[in-house]
Amino acid sequence: MAQTNKSKQEVWPTESLFMSPEMLKAYREHLLAEKDPNRPWIIVCHGTGCMANGSVEVAAALRASIKEAGRNISVIPDIKTTGCHGFCSRGPLVILQPSGIFYQRVQPGDCKEIVQTTLIENKPVERLLYKDPKTDEPIIHHEDIPFYKNQLRVVMHNIGKIDPTDIRDTIMAGGYEALAKALYQMKPREVVEWVLKSGLRGRGGAGFPTGQKWLSAIQAVERKGGPVYIVANGDEGDPGAFMDRTLMEGDPHAVLEGLIIGAYAIGAHQGYIYVREEYPLARKHLSIAMEQARKHGLLGTNILGSGFDFDIQIVRGAGAFVCGEETALIHSIEGKAGEATPKYVFPAESGLWEKPTIINNIETFCNIPLIINKGPEWYAGLGVPNSTGTKVFSLVGKVNNIGLVEIPMGMPLGDLVENIGGGVPGRKRFKAVQTGGPSGGCLPYELRDTPVDFDSLSKAGSMMGSGGMIVMDEGDCVVDVARYFISFLMDESCGKCLPCRLGLKSMYQILDRFSRGEGSVSDIDDLYSLAKAVQDGSLCALGGTAPNPILTTLKHFRSEYEAHILDKKCPAGVCKALITYWIDQEACTGCGLCARNCPQNCISGERKKAHQINEALCIRCGMCLDSCNFAAVKVV
Amino acid sequence: MKAEIKSTKKIIRFMINDQAVEAEEGWTVLETARQYGIHIPTLCYHEAVTPSGACRLCVVEVFEGNWSRVVISCMYPVREGINVLTDSERVKNVRRWILEMLLAECPASEEIRRLAAEYGVTSTRFEIKNPEEQCMLCGLCVRVCKEVVGVSAITTVGRGVHKFIGTPFGKPSEVCVACGSCVTVCPTGAMQARLDRVRGPVTGPR
Repeated sequence: MAQTNKSKQEVWPTESLFMSPEMLKAYREHLLAEKDPNRPWIIVCHGTGCMANGSVEVAAALRASIKEAGRNISVIPDIKTTGCHGFCSRGPLVILQPSGIFYQRVQPGDCKEIVQTTLIENKPVERLLYKDPKTDEPIIHHEDIPFYKNQLRVVMHNIGKIDPTDIRDTIMAGGYEALAKALYQMKPREVVEWVLKSGLRGRGGAGFPTGQKWLSAIQAVERKGGPVYIVANGDEGDPGAFMDRTLMEGDPHAVLEGLIIGAYAIGAHQGYIYVREEYPLARKHLSIAMEQARKHGLLGTNILGSGFDFDIQIVRGAGAFVCGEETALIHSIEGKAGEATPKYVFPAESGLWEKPTIINNIETFCNIPLIINKGPEWYAGLGVPNSTGTKVFSLVGKVNNIGLVEIPMGMPLGDLVENIGGGVPGRKRFKAVQTGGPSGGCLPYELRDTPVDFDSLSKAGSMMGSGGMIVMDEGDCVVDVARYFISFLMDESCGKCLPCRLGLKSMYQILDRFSRGEGSVSDIDDLYSLAKAVQDGSLCALGGTAPNPILTTLKHFRSEYEAHILDKKCPAGVCKALITYWIDQEACTGCGLCARNCPQNCISGERKKAHQINEALCIRCGMCLDSCNFAAVKVV
Repeated sequence: MKAEIKSTKKIIRFMINDQAVEAEEGWTVLETARQYGIHIPTLCYHEAVTPSGACRLCVVEVFEGNWSRVVISCMYPVREGINVLTDSERVKNVRRWILEMLLAECPASEEIRRLAAEYGVTSTRFEIKNPEEQCMLCGLCVRVCKEVVGVSAITTVGRGVHKFIGTPFGKPSEVCVACGSCVTVCPTGAMQARLDRVRGPVTGPR
């Protein structure tokens, strides 16, 4: 086996330069023919989440266990380390292929059993299977899990299947086919026409039609000359969002392919991928992918022998959230401070070094190869009119299935939470879902039928944003949520314009007073009026959308604000100044666990008798509530 | 007034406060308004430097077709057929809040107090950190130092609420020529107190 591999590789050196689409195709066919169809493979997720939970050790343990089992296994499986599968709350994930047996929360110690039970005896390891939180039934196969079954994975079709650090996997999966098609069968204008016809809208937040953006850059070049630049925006800074990270880490070649096709369409020869500082793995995978693509003639001069030159440089962000905003990003690449400038003239007309510049989100670029491969009509058929295609969301918060999901646009919000997210833990209903990141709005349960698409979300007072989705339940206080997001944005404001810098600070002061039960009903109206002023007056989208959490919670949960101010109560039991902890004397068994956990030492009581909390010393940290096994600690 | 525009550039016709106005293509709404003597308050605007759009006091509401939006007049390029309202409710709401917040941010500034009083804002509900503060970080000093003097001795340092006007590494600048342009353009007088820190102690003829 190893012998034949080697001899074939001599025929096809891994660095062979493809000078035509035919050579790329021949290489793919060679790779597919070389692959042993009878050899099973085991996928170990190496996304950031799973790696943090020890998937590297799991892969090593699997290799060791397989080696130890030796001849007892008929065919030695291939261990494949892939990008993120999306089901991060269940990591580390291991999937056996071709059978599709799905194991979750696998630890190195489980590997011996997997090898013995599954590989040798051909039975699933029961305790590692995923159990449906609604029915408690174990589910064996990956594709039967509701989390995956109800998704439509188009942009992420390769992620979790290919090894992102090996271009051969990408090529076997049909990578760069769209690039070959665009370069050899389509004129640049045709590519733009297709993107226009597909209805693709930017996935970064504003939802501007991508084709139209490209067209305006082409027109700007015709008017005032080039060069024109193209930038992929991977400065994903929303707390709890990791769509772009997953795409860059899990399928870097798709990002490159989309970017190269975009460059061909608008006539750019230099591109940039702006990746935030906090994504080292994404940068690593992109760098490896770029190096491999250059060696194969898929990037650099004379791409695929077509005569088209294009190269990419990775730019590291420096940790500023605001640099995800187009104009601030431009300044950052130019080496200036990341501050926004008014966009009365779009970057497509005057961007990097005052030249026409196209900036699209990572996910937007990942959609491009699909449109070229399958046609704009196919793409426009996905989703709903005016919001075509699919969208990747990071579903987090109070849901059973936390992770990354891809759905066709237009799916009702409630379906996303219930069917894919598996509902709220404890079978409660959700209180609100915040869509669109820190400056998105909170949509209440009553709006659960809102279709998740650009226009419906903005009509409801929220936004698509880049795809953050935070589910909240009765234990989340809207005043506290608004206060948290405003404090995040206050820290991240660039500070250039007054409504944003001062407005966020002032709104934070008001919310902070509310969370302490201070203020009057007229302050609520003032907060609304100030939020409107910040929305109208701010320079860029950061300030312009920052009041959304306030405006939507005021609209849908005004009574909760009033409860804080008038009744001096936090209905969700979150705002520390307004809550008291007490011990239910009936339910308390006197085990003393809470007293041992209390950092203030303010819980006392005799052994096996009901305990008490000394309210004067209590700092309302909630440790007692979390530690009590008998639900005797209450909060009001 | 119309006869004064003698240029080959295209003439743009639009309305400010329902009054018909004409401007050359490429002008901003603020430039046009000043040409016609229509008052729009500004703090960070100065003819000598490029506008930056920081203070947002010059906001106006632009109506086009059946929608409107609030823009800054110092940078918004004139467009055929728009109607600009310089004192609509939305505009006044933005200005009033900015001025009230500025009263807390730079309470020592006479100019800010005068402007705030014009809009009926005489007190602030927000926390005053430094009663002596005059600077609101409009950045005029930074722009004049860079664009007019050409030395960039000062810059904004830090981000967001931690931002301030300073010199690289917090040391007296070696490139400062002590011309005082920053002091001249400063709308609040804040630069006067900072100048010594920028140029360093005066040590006599070098």
